[in-house]
Amino acid sequence: MSINQSGWRPEMTAGGGNGAAPTFTGNKALMLEEALIFEIGDTQTTGVDFAEGDVAGSRLGNLSRKAPIGLAGLSEPETIRHYTRLSRQNYAIDLGLFPLGSCTMKHNPRLNEKMARLPGFADVHPLQPVDTVQGALAVINELAVWLIKLTGMHGVAMSPKAGAHGELCGILCIKAALEKRGDGHRKVVLVPESAHGTNPATAAFAGFTVEDIPATADGRVDTAALKARLGPDVAAVMITNPNTCGLFERDLKSISDAVHDAGGYVYCDGANFNAIVGRVRPGDLGVDAMHINLHKTFSTPHGGGGPGSGPVVLSEALSPFGPLPFTARMADGHIQLIEEETAGDDHPDTFGRMTAFHGQMGMFTRALTYILSHGADGLKQVAEDAVLNANYVLRSLEGTLDAPFAKSGPCMHEAIFSDANLAEGFSTLDVAKGLIDEGFHPMTVYFPLVVHGAMLVEPTETESKAALDQFVGALRSVAERAKAGDASLKTAPHFAPRARLDETQAARKPVLVWKEQPLAQAAE
Amino acid sequence: MRYLPLTQPDRDAMLAVIGAGSIDDLFVDVPEAARLSGPIHDLPNHASELAVERHMTALARQNTVAGEVPFFLGAGAYRHHVPASVDHLIQRGEFLTAYTPYQPEIAQGTLQMLFEFQTQVARLLGTDVANASMYDGSTACWEAIGMARRITRKGKAILSGGLHPHYVSVAKTMAKYTGDHLETAAPALTAETDVDALIAAIDGDTSCVVVQYPDILGRIADLTPLADACHANKALLIAVVTEPVALGAITSPGEMDADIVVGEGQSLGVGLQFGGPYVGLMGCKDKYIRQMPGRFCGETVDAEGRRGFVLTLSTREQHIRREKATSNICTNSGLCALAFSIHMTLLGEAGLRRLAGINHAAACRAADRLAKVRGVELVTETFFNEFTLKLPVEARPVVRTLADRGILAGVSLGRLYPGEDALANGLIVAVTETTTAEDVETLAAALEEVLA
Repeated sequence: MSINQSGWRPEMTAGGGNGAAPTFTGNKALMLEEALIFEIGDTQTTGVDFAEGDVAGSRLGNLSRKAPIGLAGLSEPETIRHYTRLSRQNYAIDLGLFPLGSCTMKHNPRLNEKMARLPGFADVHPLQPVDTVQGALAVINELAVWLIKLTGMHGVAMSPKAGAHGELCGILCIKAALEKRGDGHRKVVLVPESAHGTNPATAAFAGFTVEDIPATADGRVDTAALKARLGPDVAAVMITNPNTCGLFERDLKSISDAVHDAGGYVYCDGANFNAIVGRVRPGDLGVDAMHINLHKTFSTPHGGGGPGSGPVVLSEALSPFGPLPFTARMADGHIQLIEEETAGDDHPDTFGRMTAFHGQMGMFTRALTYILSHGADGLKQVAEDAVLNANYVLRSLEGTLDAPFAKSGPCMHEAIFSDANLAEGFSTLDVAKGLIDEGFHPMTVYFPLVVHGAMLVEPTETESKAALDQFVGALRSVAERAKAGDASLKTAPHFAPRARLDETQAARKPVLVWKEQPLAQAAE
Repeated sequence: MRYLPLTQPDRDAMLAVIGAGSIDDLFVDVPEAARLSGPIHDLPNHASELAVERHMTALARQNTVAGEVPFFLGAGAYRHHVPASVDHLIQRGEFLTAYTPYQPEIAQGTLQMLFEFQTQVARLLGTDVANASMYDGSTACWEAIGMARRITRKGKAILSGGLHPHYVSVAKTMAKYTGDHLETAAPALTAETDVDALIAAIDGDTSCVVVQYPDILGRIADLTPLADACHANKALLIAVVTEPVALGAITSPGEMDADIVVGEGQSLGVGLQFGGPYVGLMGCKDKYIRQMPGRFCGETVDAEGRRGFVLTLSTREQHIRREKATSNICTNSGLCALAFSIHMTLLGEAGLRRLAGINHAAACRAADRLAKVRGVELVTETFFNEFTLKLPVEARPVVRTLADRGILAGVSLGRLYPGEDALANGLIVAVTETTTAEDVETLAAALEEVLA
């Protein structure tokens, strides 16, 4: 039985530049169109050889599968070709500069990958007796020590699966600490306007009421407004430093002191820790909890959407409340895994488990490999080069694009521009799509919300001066076209695998899974 | 510092363009007191590739590798053979080093893959739709409970005793701040599942019943009566699948009318990895799409009429709805979803069913052999590739003793349910296509000795 032999072809064949005729296949030389696996595979094909032998089921409780599942299979060569072709439709950091502000796309060293794949790390089970996984626990423990020392904090929760999961962890620690001291009635979390959307979502999820704190004209938290709002109902302040405008929050220490005096805690979104690692310890600024996106600061690859990993460093006040499981090195060097049963009397305040096992072990291995490669001196250089590169981009482009905070002091790891001086009818989106045609992934657009038509550029430390000069040249050229009203920019990109995609139709009539075409339609 | 391309002359030239005298001038906004001048106490400086490799390899060697010993651990993470093509393909830089597909015109590779993944997952789980992956099975499970609360506007979730205890722990953590009321108990060490008890527990306040399939002891129950009972009380049935390979052999929860099905996708493509990163699967009925957390990839057309894919329905998400979002989840497990999808493509339906058959047959043979060991009783009458033995003594020290002999014998219920004396003699044994007949014989012989 075959589920499809449709011989899929793109709806419209694509013409080339210089008046070239459309191709029959829709392919453009090395850029190949690719059908879905359900259109080129069938339910009989398999790319795996299996052992001979009897497989009759007998103890499945009368639930032996009867109906077909509808999974298409491909042979091994077809599979390799399918995914290789798909991969070529993607932009990636391996292809060029990926200046997504606040996302931090830096070089992903292959040594990290090699180490994560050592069978001693990749082929061990989370529930093996702890004596048989001392090396894996040592990786968690070593990385934890680095994170604590680099941040100047007291403890770290390693298990959160991603940055937003880490935020939840930090907020739960705060909630548990407040309840422990009889302050469970504090229900307000203050979140500056420039915060990541995950911050208010996390606080609301944890049952808090979110109140926005405005930004000043120079792109920082309005410290006076924040301090004025503090009171006996405020549980915490969530602040991002360096913030999403790319600026260092100069007043963080005095904000922390005021929050503590008012009985609250300070949560710092550590997504941008890469800008200050080795130069500033958040613990010295009075932070109580901060998640660290390992993929951002410590180079674990983002894989087209994840996985992330979001360890949370904690102050002395919050450390007792961190989640299970965690590791503890005993006096004899043996590493103990503290779980529900072993937490016992020594760790009575933990808020519990956030995820089934120990967290993103494969990311810990990669991050530790990266940290050891750089060392303390290299990590400091990382922050310096990241900041240097961002300021170089800011100063190189401020004469071309509106740079709303150019006078607010040096930027940190990212530079922000706006759509203020584009021609009437031209938007940030047009600049972004124009950059695609120039061979660059666009910067982050329309974020943060405090800047109209924001363009947030983060080059990171792994870009050379030559790469930055090339990018600056391209962005300047596209911006000049947008300022001059070049209509062709409105329909960019022209050279990408796809022209502008209709996102409205996708949301209005969601098609989220592939379905066989009805026979009549297929025959047309 | 081989990852940093700037040379000192580059840095000097760039500082000149910026108009800064030194790098310190770029950190002027950091208060003096918070500036680190010297090195951080007792952290080493950078190291060569060789030195780092040596250090990490030494740590790796301290672990007992599953593939090098007779290995029988399951309980939420399973060892399967992953075809070489899978790891090769996910290491292509265009997949590995890409970001979230926010610019769809140059991210069609990731987007098409996610659309294919969603289709594969929906078909496997038997649901109308699936999302583009969650962190893992346990967090997907608590997201599903939250989803049920939003849909039913009720807050009492009944968790089966057969649900993985760590999943229960995660749900309990969530309930502390969402205010959900959870009812749950440890499983009984019997062949019977708790479906009848779950049905009896459903009342008008119930938002959902959460049941694992096959359950923590390996048992398989028909979920149809449970689904009917849930729906009669306007509650949702949430089914949790920790071993997706099982669905190649048994009817899917969606086919038995479960409303939301979540799963741990680690078995296909991802590997054990000491617990993560894994890949959470989540599917549901069409009518609940807008309450579903996480990312969706949707089909659409481009300006020239060609089919293309975009991330969609993002108005549910935290970057749009902020504190009103369905979840604070921001990332997904994109690369693990890719590995899952490639492995599934290589298997196809025929391959998955064959693989499931091999797993079940091997487990049946192993269960029969191990039940012959004096004093050992096979508790589970129904199972897929994982079953539970009752030993004549506590299982936990037995597992430790066997580990010293180089045999990883399974997961003791004492490890999973500390303090539950009635479960202490239970041992969960998983058998997959990677387990050889010799492995089973080695375990049986060792058990005979240890229990003698």
